[in-house]
Formats: sequence, structure tokens, C-alpha cells
Amino acid sequence: MSFTVVKERETVVIEVDGQLVVTNRQEFKQVVLDEVERGARSFVVDFSGSAYIDSSGLGALVSLGKRIREAGGDLRLAALNEDLRTLFELTRLDALFPLFATRADALADAPAGR
Amino acid sequence: MAMRVPRTKAAAALSPHQPLEWTIASDVLAIERVVEGVVGLCTASGFSAKQCRFNIPIALTEALANAIMRGNGSDASRSVRIRSSVQMTRDGATLNVDVTDEGAGFDIDTAGCTPDAPDWLEREDGRGVFLMRSLMDRVECTRASDLPGNTVRLVLHRA
Repeated sequence: MSFTVVKERETVVIEVDGQLVVTNRQEFKQVVLDEVERGARSFVVDFSGSAYIDSSGLGALVSLGKRIREAGGDLRLAALNEDLRTLFELTRLDALFPLFATRADALADAPAGR
Repeated sequence: MAMRVPRTKAAAALSPHQPLEWTIASDVLAIERVVEGVVGLCTASGFSAKQCRFNIPIALTEALANAIMRGNGSDASRSVRIRSSVQMTRDGATLNVDVTDEGAGFDIDTAGCTPDAPDWLEREDGRGVFLMRSLMDRVECTRASDLPGNTVRLVLHRA
């Protein structure tokens, strides 16, 4: 389980490798919050390397999404497999986050100027 | 972390009928190995790929995290016991996982909330019980009269 931060123009992409669960949610939150503190406002979380997310991981995304929106930014989720899409639909959190089929799609949807 | 896996450590080589038992400290870092063991048992018992990669890991992670953090309050002096078994029948197989904490107890029926709660899209925590109930066929909570703690039982029929 690890996270990799990649800059794509003005967007910060966080690649999730493995699970996003109770054991690493604080690390994940800190990685994103550090970027918010540095001034980043456009975020994409790339789940192409992720197996599953538990309620703690979902909660971390909810918390971060709120924090980023309050700062005037946005958080998009990309490359979720069928299971993860099911999870977001089941919990209705697909209403909270734009879900993109690919990272490129998510990057292409960045707000103007980002 | 005290971990006890009876008879063999190789999950892939387990008989599907062989139960697995662990006693772990109240540390979320212990969750992953238990999940791997139960998934190995279910894989060997012919549960579907989706059940093994999705339903079981998520629901069991929720039950263990609940026992460690909510039941035991992350108190390092308290343990969590896990007993996992698969009952094979002529028509299929059923996974039973008992997760027992040593805490003061809580009511799983009032723990957490559902997507109909007004703050569902805002709150960081409280989705674990909903996920367990959504991903398992049955979730039960029992409390022995003479022992501390709760037992949460997860039940899943083989797809």
C-alpha cells in the first residue's frame, strides 16, 4: 500500500497502489493536505492500481473533498474498477465525486486554468 | 501481535472445512493478515472471485476495525478473537466469521447510519456497519452474559 504524487500541469494526481483502508487513510489524507497547503486546488485520485476501499478510505475521500471544495478546488476520481464503482454507487458517494473512466478523462475535465 | 493459525500457515493448502482462529492485539495493522487468511479459506472453498476480492475483504476489514477501535477502544491490553469457518453442504457453502472484542459493548443496530441519513454525504465515519450489511448475507451481534465484549458474526453464502 502506497501513494505516489504526480504533477500533471496544475493538477495533482495521487496514485493509490493497493488498498485505501483504515491502516493507511491518515497517510493518504496527509499526502493530499500537504499539497493543499502548498497551494494545489485541482486533484485527481487514480485508482487504477487499487484493489478495494473500506469505509475509512471512503471517509477520507469525503473529508478531503470537503476540504478541497472549501478551498475553491475540486477532487475527481479516476480509473475505478467495476468493484469500486459498485462501492460508490452502493454508498451513493458517486453523487459527491465525479467518476472518470480513465486518468486522461479526469485530467481533461480540469477546470479552466488548471 | 499474537496470532494463532492452527495446523498450517499455508491458506492455499487448507482443507475448506478447516476453521481458522486468531487472537490479535488491538492494532489495525493486524487486520491485513487476518483478511488474507479468510480470503484464502474462501478461495479454497470455491467462493466467487468477486466475493474473495470485494465482499469478504471489505466486510471483514470493517468488522475488525470496529472491534479494535470501537469495541476495544484501541486499548493495547485488549485482544480481538477471530474464528472463521466454511460449512460445506450438498447445495453450497457458507462462510461464518466471528469477531469478538473485549470492550464494554455496543449495539450494532444503532451503530453507524444509512445513506438516507441527512449527513451521509458529509460525515467521515459511520459507514462500516452499512457496508458489512450490504456485502454479507447476514450480520449478527451477540453478547455473552458472563464475558466482556461483543461478537459480530458475518455470514456469506457461496455465490
